Amino acid sequence: MKRSNEPVFWSLFGAGGLLAALIGPALVFITGIAVPFALMNPDTMNYAHMLAFSRHGAGKFFVFAVIALFMWHAAHRIAIVLHDLGVHAVALVKFGCYGLAFLGTAIAGYTLLTLGS
Amino acid sequence: MSNQRPYVRSMDGWWKRNAYYLRYMAREMTAVFVAAYAVVLLVGVVRLGQGEAAFNGWLQALKSPLSLVFHLVVLATFVYHTWSWFNIMPITMPMMFVGRNRVTPGTITGIGLVAAVIACAALFVIVRGTYA
Repeated sequence: MKRSNEPVFWSLFGAGGLLAALIGPALVFITGIAVPFALMNPDTMNYAHMLAFSRHGAGKFFVFAVIALFMWHAAHRIAIVLHDLGVHAVALVKFGCYGLAFLGTAIAGYTLLTLGS
Repeated sequence: MSNQRPYVRSMDGWWKRNAYYLRYMAREMTAVFVAAYAVVLLVGVVRLGQGEAAFNGWLQALKSPLSLVFHLVVLATFVYHTWSWFNIMPITMPMMFVGRNRVTPGTITGIGLVAAVIACAALFVIVRGTYA
């Protein structure tokens, strides 16, 4: 019997969902509301700070994990919900959703690597 | 033999038929906003790699009213995601036992929500402390 690839995608879905559930609300509040609208220090996310953060090993890993896992989480859910909504081209939908998540992961990974350390 | 085709009830809008399906759809639809937020962050990383001027453009875009509305909607869906994630956790994870007693669904959900509040507070305090 051919092995299912489902555990791989489900693990990425689960990891992304858990990460989003644990820190997502705070992350969105900080990056999208508090810093741009000066409820926190507006220099928190300035170029120098974010460059230093993304060059640091732990910071690089954090940024990569958030972007990649959020994308794989969303890709898996959207693929399944499209099926539930009557889109039965399962292979095509999965290729599109996982393909976009892979593309996002690759762009994030490549960019973070080229930022240096 | 009848050559009439049997009646097949349409599945269109099935998720509007009861509250359970509606909650299911609401929970799954949070993924669209999780994806959108990930794209915003990805654009930020790409702009960071293109230099200071490009990154400042991204920061400036975050200050627009449209961005504020977008992030408020995303924030609301993330809070709903957190709530629903731990709400269904008792049925997505293996059964847990303490001694001979099964850990109740309410306990699992409660621990998850408390963990999320602590994690969010910790992230907030760390960021504020680092860039005071």
